[in-house]
Amino acid sequence: MIERTLAPGVTLRLLRTSKFKTSMLAVTFLEPLREETAALNALLPKVLRRGTRQYPDLEAISAGLDELYGMSLEPIVRKKGEVQCLGFWASVLDDAFVPGQSSILEEAASMLGEMVLHPAGEGDAFLPEYVDSEKANLIDKIRGEINDKLQYALSRLRSQMCQGEAYGVNRYGSEESAQTITGEALYQRYRTLLETAPMYLYYCGSAEPERVEQAFRAAFAELPQTPRQPMPQTLALAKPQGDLRRFSDRLDVTQGKLILGFRLGGSVRELEATAPVMVLHALYGGSTNAKLFLNVRERLSLCYFASAALGLSKGIMTVYSGVKFEDFQKAEEEILAQLEACRQGEITQEELESARRTVAGSLRTTLDSQGKLEEYWLNRFVTGTSYTPEELAQAAEAVTLQQVVASAQSIQLDSIYTLRGEED
Amino acid sequence: MRKIEYQTIGETLYEEALENGLRVFVFPKPDFGQCYAFFATRYGGMDTRFQLNGKWLDTPMGIAHYLEHKMFDTPEGNALQTLSATGASPNAFTSTAITGYHFSCTDHFWENLRTLLSFVSVPYFTQESVEKEQGIIGQEIRMIEDNPDWQVFHLLLEALYKNHPVRNSVAGTVESIADITAQTLYDCHEAFYTPANMTLCVAGNVDPERVCAMAREILPQEKKEPIPRDCGADEPELVCLRENGKTMAVSAPLMQLGIKGKAAGDGAEQLHQKILGELALEALVGASSPLYAKLYAQGLINSGFYCGYMDYPGCAFLVAGGESKDPEAVRDAILEEGARIGREGLDEALFQRLKKSAYGSYVRSLNSLENLCVEQARGYFSGQDPWTFPDIFASLERRDAESFLRDWVRPEQTALTVIRPGEGKA
Repeated sequence: MIERTLAPGVTLRLLRTSKFKTSMLAVTFLEPLREETAALNALLPKVLRRGTRQYPDLEAISAGLDELYGMSLEPIVRKKGEVQCLGFWASVLDDAFVPGQSSILEEAASMLGEMVLHPAGEGDAFLPEYVDSEKANLIDKIRGEINDKLQYALSRLRSQMCQGEAYGVNRYGSEESAQTITGEALYQRYRTLLETAPMYLYYCGSAEPERVEQAFRAAFAELPQTPRQPMPQTLALAKPQGDLRRFSDRLDVTQGKLILGFRLGGSVRELEATAPVMVLHALYGGSTNAKLFLNVRERLSLCYFASAALGLSKGIMTVYSGVKFEDFQKAEEEILAQLEACRQGEITQEELESARRTVAGSLRTTLDSQGKLEEYWLNRFVTGTSYTPEELAQAAEAVTLQQVVASAQSIQLDSIYTLRGEED
Repeated sequence: MRKIEYQTIGETLYEEALENGLRVFVFPKPDFGQCYAFFATRYGGMDTRFQLNGKWLDTPMGIAHYLEHKMFDTPEGNALQTLSATGASPNAFTSTAITGYHFSCTDHFWENLRTLLSFVSVPYFTQESVEKEQGIIGQEIRMIEDNPDWQVFHLLLEALYKNHPVRNSVAGTVESIADITAQTLYDCHEAFYTPANMTLCVAGNVDPERVCAMAREILPQEKKEPIPRDCGADEPELVCLRENGKTMAVSAPLMQLGIKGKAAGDGAEQLHQKILGELALEALVGASSPLYAKLYAQGLINSGFYCGYMDYPGCAFLVAGGESKDPEAVRDAILEEGARIGREGLDEALFQRLKKSAYGSYVRSLNSLENLCVEQARGYFSGQDPWTFPDIFASLERRDAESFLRDWVRPEQTALTVIRPGEGKA
C-alpha cells in the first residue's frame, strides 16, 4: 500500500495488483456523524450523481459510463463508528481488457472528478429539480428501511441503545431532518465539505502509482486548497448505569427478530486489541463453528440464523437471530448462556483453533476482492491505523485462550430489542 | 486434461470427463490466495416429479433444499463444522435448477476438498435428524416469506407460469416440508446425486490433475445415466395471470413486471438469446435508456430499479422492477416503449454503447472465483460454454435486438405483480 498526500487533508492510497480484470477508484469525504447534517450529507452524492456540467443529466452520464465499457460509478454513504463516509465508488475495466484503448484510467478518474467538482446548475446552486427528486428518493429510502426486517430491527436497537450518542444517528439521517432540506442548505453543505472535510482517494489496479497519482491530481485539480478538519473521532462509551433496557416493536411479520446489544468496554482499534476480539467473535457468533450456531440453531433448532456482529471502533457487539415469537425467551437465555461459557473459559482447544483459522482465512480472502480491500483500507484510514490484512491474520493466529476469555469478560449486555408480530 | 485458453478475457480452463460421468473444471489462479470449490448437482426446486428405477415419484415441494441441509450430516458429526474448523468458509444453496455445495479457503485446500466430495456423495441421516431440521428450515421459510423482494418474485412466477415447476417455491412451505421422511431424502439422493448428474468446479492456485485424482478416489466408480428432467405439462404461450399481488409491511409499493418468452433450443442458442435479451431489455428500460431517464424524472422509479433476463430449463422471461408509486403506469410505459421501438427501431449509437457496457460487465464478473465456478456449472448443465460471450457480443446487431423486442414485448405475455403497503405499516 502506497500513500501520497495530494494536499493538506487530501490523501491518496494506492494498491497495485494485476490480478483483477478491473480497477477500483473511490473518493470519500469523512464527516462527523451528526443528526443536523447526516441527511444533508447523505443526499449530496445522490444529487451530484444526477448531472454535471459536462454530463448534464442521467442519460448523458449513463452514455459516458457505457463508453467506458460499463464503468460503474455509484454514490455511497457509509457509517464507520461515528464517522459518516460519503462519496463515490467506481469500477472500470483494467487497461489489459479494454479492446484497443489504453487511457481508460485517466478518463475514469476525470469522470469521478467531474462528478465531485462540477455539478449541473447555475451559479451557486444545484438544479432544483435534482434536489427535489433526490430528496424524495432519500425520504423513501429512509422509510423503506422497514422492508428488510432484520436490518430494521438492528437499526432500531442501535438507535435506542445509543440514544444521545452520535452512533444512534442513521447513516442517511432521519426522515424529519430530510424533510426540512432546502437547495440552499444543501449547496452550502456541499461547499463546506469541499473546503473543509478530510478527503480520501483510493485506487486498486494494475497501473503504475505515478500514473494513478497524475490522473487523480488532474481530475481534482480544481479542488479548493483550504485547510481541512482532522479525522472525526468516535466516542466509545461504557454501558450506562442501571437495569437492562428492553425495546420492542410490533409489525405484520411471521418471524420474530431478537437483537441483543453489548458494549465491549471501549474502542477497539489497534492490532493487539483487535485480534483477540475478532477471535472471540468468530468463536461466539461469527462462523458455522461458533457457539451460537451450534447451540441456538443446531442443538435447539430455535432458528435459521443466530450470529454476532462487531462495531469495533464504537466498542459494540450485536447478536441477532430470527425466531418464533414464543421462543424469544428460550433463545435469549441460550445466547447469554453461551457468552457466559466464553467468560468462564469453557472453550475447547479445537474451538479456539477453528476460530483463529476462521479469522485468519477471512482476512486473507480480503486480498482477493477489490470491494473488500477498499472497505478494509477505509476502516484503517478512519481509525488511523495501517496494519495489513496479513499482519492482522498473523496476530489472530497467535491469540491465546486467556486473551479470548479476557475479551469475553469485558463485554456487557446493554439492551435487548424484539420485533414481534401484531398479535403474538 | 483438456486445456482451453480464452485469450480475450485472460482465462485458462482445464476440463476432464471422468469415467463415472463427473465433469471436472479447474481455473488455475496463481495470483489468488484463496481457493474456491463448487460441487453441484443438476437438481433443484423444480425437480419434484421424477422417475426412479422405473417408478414415478411425486416428492414434496422444498425437498431438494431440505436434502441440501441434511447432506451436511455425517457419521462423525457435521461437515459444515469439519470444514469451518480448518478456517474454510463453507456453504450451500439450492436454486430452481441446481443444488451446489461450496467452500473457499486459504489453507488446507486438499483436506477440505476431500471433505466436500465425501459428505455430498454419502447420504447419512435418520428419521430423528430429519425431523429435527423442521424447526430450522421452518424459520428459514418464515424469514423468506417476510421478505418482500422474494414475495414479489414468487408471485410473478405464479402469474407467468401455469404448469412449469419454476413456480415451485424452492424452500417449499411449512406445510409441504412437514411430511418429508428420511426415505424420500435417500430416494432423491439416489436419483440426482450420481456423478454423471454432477460437476466439480475449482478455481485457485491448485494442480488440476490432482483435483481429478481426488474425485476419482472418493466418488462412486459406477456410471449411471442422469434421469431426464420433467418440466411439467405443456406450458401455454400466454401468461397465467395478468396481475397478481398482496399487501405486506412495506413502505412503498414494490413491483415486478414479467414478460414471458420462449426458451431457446440448445445451449449455444440459449446463451445467444440470453445476451441478446439482456441487451434488448437494457435498450428498452435499462439505466441508459431514454425511458429510464423519463420514468426517473417523473419520480415513477428510483435508483433501485433493475431489469434482467432470466432462464431456467424449459423457460425464459424478462423481469423489470423496483419500488414505484404507480406500478401500472410503469408497466404501461414499458409496453408503449416496446411498441415504439418495434415501429421506429433503435438508435444505433445507443445500441453500440450498450454493447460496450454489457461486455464490460461480463468481464468484470470474472473477478470473482465463486462466480467463475458457479457460471461454469450452470453453463455445463445447460450445454453452454459461458466464456464464448465475446464472440456473441461481436456478432450481435441492432436489428437482432429490435426483432427480439417485437417478438417478446406483447401485452398478453406480461404479468405485473405488486406488493402494496398494508396493515402493520409502522
